Amino acid sequence: MATTLVKGNTAVVIGALYAGSDCFFGYPITPASEVLHEASAFYPKLGRKFLQAESEEASINMCYGAAAAGHRVFTASSGPGISLMQEGVSYMAGAELPCVIVDIMRAGPGLGNIGPEQGDYNQVVKGGGHGNYKPIVVAPNSVQEMCDFTMLAFDLAFKWKTPVYVLADGVLGQMIEPFTYPEKAVVPKIDTGWAVAGIPETRENLVTSIFLNFDQLGKFNDYLQEKYAKIATEEARVEMLNCDDAEIVLVAYGISSRIAKTAMDDARKAGLKVGLFRPITLNPFPVKEAKALAARDKMTFISVEMSNGQMADDLRLAIECKKQVKLVNRLGGNLIELNQISDAINAAAK
Amino acid sequence: MEEKIIRTQGIYSEFPRKGPSAAPAATHYCPGCGHGIIHKLIAEALADFGIQDKTVMISPVGCAVFAYYYFDAGNIQVAHGRAPAVATGVSRARDCVVISYQGDGDLASIGLNETLQAANRGEKIAVFFVNNTVYGMTGGQMAPTTLIGEKTITCPDGRDPLTQGYPTHMCELISTLKAPVFVERVAVSDIKNIRNARRAIRKAIEIQAEGKGYTFVEILSPCPTNLGKNAVANNEWINTEMVKEFPLGNYRDRTAEAEHVERTTSDFSTESLEKLFELDSIAAPIEHKDPNFKESQVKIAGFGGQGVLSLGTMLTQAAQAVGKQVSWYPSYGPEQRGGTSNCSVIISNDRIGSPVVYHPDLLVAMNRPSLEKFQNDVKPGGIIMYDAIIGDVELPKGVKGVAVPAQDLAIQAGNPRGANTIMLGVMLGLGLTGLPEEAFQTALAANFAKKPKLIPMNLEVLAFAQKWVKENVK
Repeated sequence: MATTLVKGNTAVVIGALYAGSDCFFGYPITPASEVLHEASAFYPKLGRKFLQAESEEASINMCYGAAAAGHRVFTASSGPGISLMQEGVSYMAGAELPCVIVDIMRAGPGLGNIGPEQGDYNQVVKGGGHGNYKPIVVAPNSVQEMCDFTMLAFDLAFKWKTPVYVLADGVLGQMIEPFTYPEKAVVPKIDTGWAVAGIPETRENLVTSIFLNFDQLGKFNDYLQEKYAKIATEEARVEMLNCDDAEIVLVAYGISSRIAKTAMDDARKAGLKVGLFRPITLNPFPVKEAKALAARDKMTFISVEMSNGQMADDLRLAIECKKQVKLVNRLGGNLIELNQISDAINAAAK
Repeated sequence: MEEKIIRTQGIYSEFPRKGPSAAPAATHYCPGCGHGIIHKLIAEALADFGIQDKTVMISPVGCAVFAYYYFDAGNIQVAHGRAPAVATGVSRARDCVVISYQGDGDLASIGLNETLQAANRGEKIAVFFVNNTVYGMTGGQMAPTTLIGEKTITCPDGRDPLTQGYPTHMCELISTLKAPVFVERVAVSDIKNIRNARRAIRKAIEIQAEGKGYTFVEILSPCPTNLGKNAVANNEWINTEMVKEFPLGNYRDRTAEAEHVERTTSDFSTESLEKLFELDSIAAPIEHKDPNFKESQVKIAGFGGQGVLSLGTMLTQAAQAVGKQVSWYPSYGPEQRGGTSNCSVIISNDRIGSPVVYHPDLLVAMNRPSLEKFQNDVKPGGIIMYDAIIGDVELPKGVKGVAVPAQDLAIQAGNPRGANTIMLGVMLGLGLTGLPEEAFQTALAANFAKKPKLIPMNLEVLAFAQKWVKENVK
């Protein structure tokens, strides 16, 4: 077990390398650039492929190419760049290509600033591009998870043949924490069942998202929805702390969940029955577990997020509005403050 | 006489991907369209060079979106204008022959950036550019290559250069770049031109078979449907009008000197990764038991260049050396470059919540603006270490101030750039973080691992600062 200090953005690259990724295409943007830097430093040293693309559109389409060829490819960006990539992600979803996209969120809209925010929730979790698709989204909250969830993202991308996002933010990308390296690296194999790899076994294969016939496209869409339904049943992940006897539950992901945890610990010390519900997958949202909490007699949810209630909306849907969902948030590039959450807990406890 | 059917090599004998059809061997292209001829020339070359197995054919958006109905090779269909980027992705990932087949709207309008950038990188791909001066699939709109005065749906009075600009010359543009190996403009408007097109297309495919780099062949091609001409008139128009704007000929041929571009083999072994990250050099934590240890939240701030961030990382390394939970979080981006910068360090026995310190137990201020910005945030009973060079200060009540002549001490210790290490030594001397001396020494060694000469020098600075604390701080 080798433990050392590592930056969040670096941990992403370590995770990708251990997950058997051998292609990286990306474009600079703060606060995600270190992923690009580290990929440029490490990929070529192992004969793996790195290229700084001319734009985020090019990055995601280079990913489309390498993914179509059956390789484990990833890119990283932040809000404005993710907006530009949406076309490519829609095509990947339509062509059922596995790819990992890392979003180190910054504050928007527009150019906004480079401070941390969680305002990309909707454009990432809901699909963001055209058409009826939803990518899988995993949300780390520590440097260790930046690595571990990147590895998980590759597994899920190939298991379900879909783009998968690692949704993090400027703080998680920039911070340093103790980090333990993975034990074993993945040695990937090209899936000749669908890849177009320029080898005899894949000569008959076709990667496309066009279905000229409306009925055929209808059927394909139905099939995609079935796949998403299966993903919803099988892949939802959540961390629940102190929820057993909780009457107030903080719901938070990513960096917000760490501040929420401190608020929960403080509240517990003060004798308040507060728990933390941290979705690890935002799509699929852990609906079953949220519903179970909402079925209790006494329960108030507080959505703690650095966005304008984007996750609170999903929470309300998950619990079918059976309990009140309060929103504590902060926008614009500042981290949410502990006392904001504590105040909300105290108000709810009255 | 027995009927003899000569099948085109490299193309499927029937096209089932088209869907059920009364004419399973007929293409979807309009009568008189040039795509069929061009497909045939490319496909025959792929077959002749024996590279169908290793070919990846990329279909664009436009009439050739269905190129995968026909080419007997691996096929990928892509978004409008992005074919060169996708081709780059395939070609970088693995050693194979990659063909990007694109029309004028796709290649020269929405995909112009991808086109030029892939050409400029000299990607190992063949681009075949079908120029018929009009958007075909979407219904006859003006293209970047529409001639001056030519009428289309969206320039019904003819293209006017004053409002719609001039035709885009792709061969000329691309041949300004250094990397392309082969650039040629041909036409499929008559037998002689088709023979010449065949030669250029075969040459481009041969260069790909040899893995020599980027080739670009522009093909002037008829679109009778959208140009409102019959096939013969359209071809005549190419030979008389279009070639005036788009002269046929070779624009680049450095086949002779171009060398085979090799792709590296990816190494996936755990051993190589462990070597890359130097895992064997990672030390186990130092045994250190301190029942009185208390969590500390530290804010360090100063001018960019004063070593603020690295003071934070050294403290973080010290905490990690004894196996503590620790986090380091910087102000990042433009703030780092000039102006002030700061970082937060939290050292704890427990899982750390927010990594941003709002109310420090210890503030280290290397300059006045930093002191003034953060001094009121310090917890009651907390400590502020500041550089004595700041001069007179008025600290908040209930907070202990320690003026450290960090800059002066660093100079005295023989390392003028070591003011941050002085601060670290003072922290150690005052016992502020509950970490042992050995941890700080390990941190210095780790921080200067890439410049080992600086380690002894900084260890001296650390000791010098501790001595100063003993002699000067009550």
